[in-house]
Amino acid sequence: MASTTVVDFPSNFIKALGNPQLRRNLRAAMDTLGLRRRTLFADPAFFAQLRARGDAIRQRSLRKLPQLLEQLERKCTENGIQVHWAETTTEASQICLDLIQRHNATRVIKGKSMVSEEMHLNHVLEEHGIEALETDLGEYIIQLDHETPSHIIVPAIHKNRDQIAHLFHEKIPDTPYTEVVEELNAIARKVLREKFFAGEVGVSGANFAVAETGTLCLVENEGNGRMCTTAPPVHIVVMGLEKVVERLEDVPPLLRLLTGSATGQLITTYFNMITSPRKPGEKDGPREVHLVLLDNGRSKILADPQLRETLKCIRCGACLNHCPVYTRLGGHAYGYVYPGPIGSILTPQIEGLDHAGAMASASSLCGACEEVCPVKIPITHILRRLRNESYNKVDSPNAVKGHGYKSNLAESLTWKGWAMSNAAPWANALNAKMLAMLGSQLTKLTKVELVKNWSQGRTLPRFAPKSLHVLAKEKGIPHE
Amino acid sequence: MSTRPEKVYFFGTCLIDLCYPQAGMAGIDLLQQQGIEVVFPQKQSCCGQPAYNAGFPEETKKVARQQLKAFPKDYPIVVPSGSCGGMLKHHYPRLFADEPEAAEAQRFAGRVYELTEFLVTVLDVKLEDRGPPIKATWHSSCSALREMGVIEHSKSLIRQLQNVELIELQRERECCGFGGTFSVKQPDLSSAMVADKAADIEQTGASVVLSGDCGCLLNIGGALEYRQIPIPARHIADFILERTHG
Ligand code: SF4
Repeated sequence: MASTTVVDFPSNFIKALGNPQLRRNLRAAMDTLGLRRRTLFADPAFFAQLRARGDAIRQRSLRKLPQLLEQLERKCTENGIQVHWAETTTEASQICLDLIQRHNATRVIKGKSMVSEEMHLNHVLEEHGIEALETDLGEYIIQLDHETPSHIIVPAIHKNRDQIAHLFHEKIPDTPYTEVVEELNAIARKVLREKFFAGEVGVSGANFAVAETGTLCLVENEGNGRMCTTAPPVHIVVMGLEKVVERLEDVPPLLRLLTGSATGQLITTYFNMITSPRKPGEKDGPREVHLVLLDNGRSKILADPQLRETLKCIRCGACLNHCPVYTRLGGHAYGYVYPGPIGSILTPQIEGLDHAGAMASASSLCGACEEVCPVKIPITHILRRLRNESYNKVDSPNAVKGHGYKSNLAESLTWKGWAMSNAAPWANALNAKMLAMLGSQLTKLTKVELVKNWSQGRTLPRFAPKSLHVLAKEKGIPHE
Repeated sequence: MSTRPEKVYFFGTCLIDLCYPQAGMAGIDLLQQQGIEVVFPQKQSCCGQPAYNAGFPEETKKVARQQLKAFPKDYPIVVPSGSCGGMLKHHYPRLFADEPEAAEAQRFAGRVYELTEFLVTVLDVKLEDRGPPIKATWHSSCSALREMGVIEHSKSLIRQLQNVELIELQRERECCGFGGTFSVKQPDLSSAMVADKAADIEQTGASVVLSGDCGCLLNIGGALEYRQIPIPARHIADFILERTHG
């Protein structure tokens, strides 16, 4: 969603929470993904070691990012891959559009790419009469239903088999209704096969780009990615500029972490390493390969040592799968391309706190995301930072866009008062007494928002007649 | 095993202070039973976590400095909460990293123990159950689980109680939806989470749910009561004290 759209988080949340089918679908899917991941990483020592390596690799890549990007551009160019730089998503889409139009193409086939979602590429192409056909099964399903991905790895995860069966029957001409998985797969395969032959330009994302060799790596399970990157004469790769790694040997540990964290797979069915367009004498492969490197706020994020950690992300989706909030909402309620914990730290930084800052409050800071993140992104710490900058204007070039947007809220005053009463020990006794009094009044205060919100499904806390301070004193517990 | 100290500080936490003082007294009692002298500084207040999590680090520091001052000697600081313990142990050093109190906060953090962790790893307590047979279930608070890593200690104490059958939740590792101010800032999400937790607790057939954190207890207890599910939510210290007294 573009930054001009106002996302109504509360009503999105209420809508999602009130959809029992969605809740059931998500719960079942997240349980399966979580179980697979746990099974693969059953040995905590092994996982700890592997993620320490993953973390170190991503940190090193980001530390050297400017230099690595230059090296990547040089190597790619040597290999015959044309490199394009885009500061904004508009620029990136324009680059793609120009390339497609230069080849007079009207049909584009796409492999799954979250960066292309970030660019709203399909929409831009559509406006110019270019049809973008999604070839990943999940992407194809949601495209049929005019939806956006609800998960960064499994885009149609919010739908169950019945819903897909109905969708195919309604939207694909001459398709009899079936709920048999093999038959549904066969239907999709048949439609998608035809699409591959029709595609004039292939668009895909990339999971890693290796600076030392100029290699673009693409992880996938269906083979559609390979088709998109080899069948059409032109292949365009869109990638966030943070995805670069220094050396080829950095790839295996990251790949292992990615597939294990995402789907609990030791390795995916396909792993594509693209190093050049078709060479003379070769029988297949595109004649042109283009790499579009998207910034869209990433270099600003890179400048801040804490926020930079956000860019270590390898988009495995494990934080979504283990998030108690995502599990209950699904991706659409967040209103932006990247949902869940990673979305809640990345989106406000890209779109600005004044637009997406509310995402940072949709977390109980339970830390389930951090526990599974394969590159140790301190998600809860970044959430606190975003909350802080929402309330406080920050005098630093690294301040998050839209900082201080809530600076006039009464909440800031409340915390100042809280700090005063809790920093002055003499106030405690008074404090407790006042609260005890307030406690007896609480039930009459159900119109006060705080109380009203708590009372949603919970009885009110009861304050004890005597605080621990008082009891300890009465019992003669020494206080020195 | 760490060496057995003569004296410890007790950090009561603000929630216990206001809503569950009997759990605090139970914690003190359990320590005293082991022959430990317990000191309860009257100048303690709140660890600062509510403001810290809401995004107010400066306000947090004001309150945190007060705690650094209130516990000046080098006794261990025992905390009947994984959440406040996590704040004192893991977040204070971070909070004060660039402040004059950096070294002090580090030393302070090094002295912090969660109550069940202290009872098990330092005091090696042996409990004798004097209560009637009962089924109990256990809720792991996120901080006790992920920041303090003390869940096995808490559960090992419950398992020492011969007549208590511990029935685990289906989703023991899932957050109950309290999250401090999250519970009132995101009431829809929070109440959806605690509703699931209440259902999970009910399906165990246990007659009591235990936890080491009063934030969770406030949330879960309130949700159970709201649904008129007659399962009390109790602090582990309180429960153990009652069982061992008979
Ligand atoms: S933040 Fe971590 S867990 Fe979440 S998608 Fe990125 S790498 Fe995976």
